[in-house]
Amino acid sequence: MEEIYAKFVSQKISKTRWRPLPPGSLQTAETFATGSWDNEENYISLWSIGDFGNLDSDGGFEGDHQLLCDIRHHGDVMDLQFFDQERIVAASSTGCVTVFLHHPNNQTLSVNQQWTTAHYHTGPGSPSYSSAPCTGVVCNNPEIVTVGEDGRINLFRADHKEAVRTIDNADSSTLHAVTFLRTPEILTVNSIGQLKIWDFRQQGNEPSQILSLTGDRVPLHCVDRHPNQQHVVATGGQDGMLSIWDVRQGTMPVSLLKAHEAEMWEVHFHPSNPEHLFTCSEDGSLWHWDASTDVPEKSSLFHQGRSSTFLSHSISNQANVHQSVISSWLSTDPAKDRIEITSLLPSRSLSVNTLDVLGPCLVCGTDAEAIYVTRHLFS
Amino acid sequence: MEELDGEPTVTLIPGVNSKKNQMYFDWGPGEMLVCETSFNKKEKSEMVPSCPFIYIIRKDVDVYSQILRKLFNESHGIFLGLQRIDEELTGKSRKSQLVRVSKNYRSVIRACMEEMHQVAIAAKDPANGRQFSSQVSILSAMELIWNLCEILFIEVAPAGPLLLHLLDWVRLHVCEVDSLSADVLGSENPSKHDSFWNLVTILVLQGRLDEARQMLSKEADASPASAGICRIMGDLMRTMPILSPGNTQTLTELELKWQHWHEECERYLQDSTFATSPHLESLLKIMLGDEAALLEQKELLSNWYHFLVTRLLYSNPTVKPIDLHYYAQSSLDLFLGGESSPEPLDNILLAAFEFDIHQVIKECSIALSNWWFVAHLTDLLDHCKLLQSHNLYFGSNMREFLLLEYASGLFAHPSLWQLGVDYFDYCPELGRVSLELHIERIPLNTEQKALKVLRICEQRQMTEQVRSICKILAMKAVRNNRLGSALSWSIRAKDAAFATLVSDRFLRDYCERGCFSDLDLIDNLGPAMMLSDRLTFLGKYREFHRMYGEKRFADAASLLLSLMTSRIAPRSFWMTLLTDALPLLEQKQVIFSAEQTYELMRCLEDLTSRRPVHGESDTEQLQDDDIETTKVEMLRLSLARNLARAIIREGSLEGS
Repeated sequence: MEEIYAKFVSQKISKTRWRPLPPGSLQTAETFATGSWDNEENYISLWSIGDFGNLDSDGGFEGDHQLLCDIRHHGDVMDLQFFDQERIVAASSTGCVTVFLHHPNNQTLSVNQQWTTAHYHTGPGSPSYSSAPCTGVVCNNPEIVTVGEDGRINLFRADHKEAVRTIDNADSSTLHAVTFLRTPEILTVNSIGQLKIWDFRQQGNEPSQILSLTGDRVPLHCVDRHPNQQHVVATGGQDGMLSIWDVRQGTMPVSLLKAHEAEMWEVHFHPSNPEHLFTCSEDGSLWHWDASTDVPEKSSLFHQGRSSTFLSHSISNQANVHQSVISSWLSTDPAKDRIEITSLLPSRSLSVNTLDVLGPCLVCGTDAEAIYVTRHLFS
Repeated sequence: MEELDGEPTVTLIPGVNSKKNQMYFDWGPGEMLVCETSFNKKEKSEMVPSCPFIYIIRKDVDVYSQILRKLFNESHGIFLGLQRIDEELTGKSRKSQLVRVSKNYRSVIRACMEEMHQVAIAAKDPANGRQFSSQVSILSAMELIWNLCEILFIEVAPAGPLLLHLLDWVRLHVCEVDSLSADVLGSENPSKHDSFWNLVTILVLQGRLDEARQMLSKEADASPASAGICRIMGDLMRTMPILSPGNTQTLTELELKWQHWHEECERYLQDSTFATSPHLESLLKIMLGDEAALLEQKELLSNWYHFLVTRLLYSNPTVKPIDLHYYAQSSLDLFLGGESSPEPLDNILLAAFEFDIHQVIKECSIALSNWWFVAHLTDLLDHCKLLQSHNLYFGSNMREFLLLEYASGLFAHPSLWQLGVDYFDYCPELGRVSLELHIERIPLNTEQKALKVLRICEQRQMTEQVRSICKILAMKAVRNNRLGSALSWSIRAKDAAFATLVSDRFLRDYCERGCFSDLDLIDNLGPAMMLSDRLTFLGKYREFHRMYGEKRFADAASLLLSLMTSRIAPRSFWMTLLTDALPLLEQKQVIFSAEQTYELMRCLEDLTSRRPVHGESDTEQLQDDDIETTKVEMLRLSLARNLARAIIREGSLEGS
């Protein structure tokens, strides 16, 4: 984590996503997409961190990320996902869901498909039509699931004009994020601190399971599923707390970890190294959580001059039966169970809205209109 | 009224005819609205077709520049860092910190300038290109002024080092020499290049004597005839005493050596050693600080402050800061020679050389089209404790006044408002009220944006604004029929009145549809239920339904009764509650005890006796009354039957 490149881009960044690598590829990530918000004109942009020739003195590649192409986006970009190598799905504050297609030959983006009234308060066709922001989108080729402030869940299929399935009034409050649990199940988080699991095989508008934080009904803003253990889920809340859930048992989180001082906007397990977790927050911080057990020898290497904290799980309410196979995120043994936290950004000011990790690369975007990229996460 | 510092500039709005029609205008925080009215100036009755547009006139146009946004964002971080510099730090460490901050600001300006330059070159439209070029020159002037202020006010260089700093300053800003040098050295025969002597002269003018010597040696190689005098000139250049940063010699020593060297130069001039080469002779005159010879190089000097620094270098290298203003004024006069009048930039630099900080800031405020520069420079100088004595006759001090102006400009921008918040935070007197006024006016199109605004308010304990934002969101949600959301927002705002209103909507929906919506929320109210009586009732009433559903009849019955006896239930809802009691009364086993049944009866009688008597009755009313009367009759019957059963049961239980 020596070099982290910052670039000011004259737009507040709401989402960043790495382009997925082709299966079996040995390359490292080199292209990512960003979406902006709260500008007079918002854009979806593609950036490349590919080498531009200049070898620096240490033999590494010097230079920051370069803009490949961009396209106007109507409304704030609320969420962004790569559908496949070429297609990007964007959720808009206007309630519209758009699929953009990247043409690598002439470096342009175009609109491939659009569901203009995916989310709304008063229906299209009615004279008092009012749209509702689409807050989250998740893709699992060929399916696209979107959620919104209207509490609606849509299931789209690429190349289908209409929604395949819509659950109206799925939630009485705002749905903030969605993720696939295991097909055809999805998991949503809402603004009153609940996780709901929906099974598309079931008819009706009821979730198959509800999990919730007790008491305070703290809104949850983000959710990510463990890449290998599909029952382990991490969520981030308005109070900056990180919660780890085991959806197979109990209706309460397995552990609650005191983290940021303000809203946690995104949480991501590292896709290929899930002992590592990354979070970012409104308080302007970006954290790297390391739950791999060999902490002592690593610590000397890792936190030179950076603020590092050790913590142990504060609340645990799970009786562990099969300790050996369980993920370190669920373990409750206080001796083994230590997490090292490293703060990745040098000085904190405005909100870090988004982050994404792929291989050794991390990208994040802020309200201070900067995009930070590092290519050496585990150096 | 305060005297005007200059004629205000006239901005013409295309399409608006102020000659014929009266104008209407209104001030906003950073903008002004202008439109034509249909009133005529001369009261003629004919209607002149007026302009159909309302114009928004922005004062702080630079805020809207895409490239300058980077300047605003990047400098915001530096600004925050500066505010956090420990007040305890004193002396050297504090000064070096402040100099570092100043350099950071300047490097951001330079980065912006370079990017703007690239864009100006790449611009396809010439008008666009011109606009960018003019921006580049503005940025370059800002950096020039800032750098000088850094040397004079922050670094506070003493005699000796002062001149070295000024030389660096000139070298940094008169940089054509580098491309010229590359051009000359790249040619086949440098000393025969057209600009060879120009280059050598510029190098001497900038005090880059080592480089000048190397150039001279090329001339010596090329023409053996002048090799001798070139070597003499080279030796003079090499021996010129200068203060180097690592040197420990005192100023007096330096002055002595310098005097000695100066006399040596003088001798060569009198001996006419360089008479054969006019170029070398003019170089010698320059090195003697001859004003006439210097002024001959006006073209190469390009501006008066270069002239000033060169003049000082070769006539008074150990100039004291307090003497600067004398040399500055006379250099300006000599350089312009009465041919042209000084421009705003000249006046600003002159004011800086006079150590008149307030004049610098004032002139900059008038000359520059944005508040960024003055706000940040003033703030930095204030941290150097240079501005404390100065108070304005309005508002608070100058630093705060300028920061407020700048931050208000940011708030007028649709997306830079977040930066403005931190600037307001560091305005101790009026920052808070300004923030309060601005933050409420931010349009909230998504909940996410609302959450960000709320976080800003909550961090600063701005309870009034928090309540108002939550209320706006709750209202929006009600309008969109999102009752769950509305209730969440009113709970967050701790707005009891609104929570009551939303709870009523829930209850009304229940009465109409016979089932509750948004159970996920109502079932999880927890302690938030206590916010308002109506909300408590809603929560408890739903609990009753849940108990009933779970067939916990006894618990359900006593909860239902307590809702009425404790007066939590609104009277208008009592009939519904009593109706809900009907199935419980009709259960096979006795649920309401005799005591409870009496209570229920009292409630029913209470309700019916206080019913308003309808004077006039239409058919619909009558029909309603009919249903109502039937209901009451049924209730009375059930209650009586239940009472009978309860008395028997209780009597027999006691008996057994």
